[in-house]
Amino acid sequence: MDFVQKLWAIVWKDLTSELRSKEMILSMCLFSFLVLIIFSFAFEMGFGDSKKIIPGILWVSFIFSGLMGVGRSFGLERDRGTIQGLFLCPMSPWGIYLGKMIGTFVFTMIMVIFTVSISTILFNLNVLPFLVPLGLIIFLGTLGFSTVGTIFSAISATTRTRDVMLSILFFPVSVPMIIASVKATGTVLDGKPIQAIFSWLNILAAFDLVFLLLAYLTFGFIIEE
Amino acid sequence: MPDLPEHNYIIEARGVVKKFGFKTVLRNVDLFLKKGDLLALFGHNGAGKTTLMQILCSLMRPTSGEICIAGFDLPHDSESLREVIGVISHNTFLYTNLSADENLRFYGMMYGVPKLNKRIEEVMTLVGLSKHLKDRVQTFSRGMQQRLSVARAIIHDPLILFLDEPYTGLDQHGAEELKQLLENFRDQKKTIIMTSHDLDRGLELCTQAAILRSGTLVYKEDIAKIDKGNFKNTYLKFTVKKPLFA
Repeated sequence: MDFVQKLWAIVWKDLTSELRSKEMILSMCLFSFLVLIIFSFAFEMGFGDSKKIIPGILWVSFIFSGLMGVGRSFGLERDRGTIQGLFLCPMSPWGIYLGKMIGTFVFTMIMVIFTVSISTILFNLNVLPFLVPLGLIIFLGTLGFSTVGTIFSAISATTRTRDVMLSILFFPVSVPMIIASVKATGTVLDGKPIQAIFSWLNILAAFDLVFLLLAYLTFGFIIEE
Repeated sequence: MPDLPEHNYIIEARGVVKKFGFKTVLRNVDLFLKKGDLLALFGHNGAGKTTLMQILCSLMRPTSGEICIAGFDLPHDSESLREVIGVISHNTFLYTNLSADENLRFYGMMYGVPKLNKRIEEVMTLVGLSKHLKDRVQTFSRGMQQRLSVARAIIHDPLILFLDEPYTGLDQHGAEELKQLLENFRDQKKTIIMTSHDLDRGLELCTQAAILRSGTLVYKEDIAKIDKGNFKNTYLKFTVKKPLFA
């Protein structure tokens, strides 16, 4: 109960802080919107085989825009000088990680929902028939993104070239998650049944679990000094 | 907190060494303090004061040495230790886009403080900021932020306080108010370690004074045995490096 209360305290603090400044949400949504606009002009969406590239465009938007936000998870704490105050609280490193990860997950989900909504207009995409399987893919993919992103945000927050370092660390590791998400989204948008994406969902779930376990085992060492 | 025998020290550090790569920052530091002691730790920039403080408050692991604070062994019991310590530094650890109340609520929840509303009112009154409870921290002056930082550090009523250069950036008035707060804590028999460059301010409050030079604790004395008027000379004697070719 004590753990849950502390976890909630971190999430509440991050949400309140972000809702007040709206820095992260606005910049992520705006960036995502611009990426979609560029792709919609570049590929003449709605013609020929353009539907096949929609999953790729969606996940490129999610990942690139999400990285803008995830980097600030620990980066902002370090810039404000509050990171030591957070680490001085009587909570396990795992708890601090989980609190920050949930905050990142919530912000990224808001951006993802915004991006999907905009893409339905720009790409003439009707997602209503695939809402459940698409929601499942987005949930697991965003969870994987937040899980890995939060770990690397903590690592890169201590470096001078924070944003570059985050991208260099994040992309190679998250390749399985990105491929599984894009393939599963493509299968769903092709109108295939949910059973067709089970193998991809398994990969996404395994990816999430592996990196949550990794964070549990290593986050104490990551944040030390 | 584990039971402490009457004779036990509340802070025990034996042979603490800290190295960053090939650079040794702390060399065999021994430190023993009893409940109610207020140690003023002096030293030049780079002497190792902040590193020692960070090790004692469990933010950093020593390379070697044994540390036991309030019965908790470091680094193994660091999570439990953090429940009984408060840290005040020149960095306030405050979220400037949150209000004073929200900052204290966050830290209060993290420390599991019971009856949090009442406790927030208490500490805000103690630091003289009760009228600014709902104001955002970004609207506070540096002195007000430092006072709120004191409220943050004592929200869970800690046994031990670590103060790392707490007077940095404070004007005369702010420094005087902080001094009064520290006198309060000393009277409440809280154990305090304070680092400072300001010899006069440090000596005003302390029960013991110590000097750290290049990572070595070269001087430690009870305040009763210190000639306050002559302490500047003592400080210079222990800290100024002798020229190679005199």
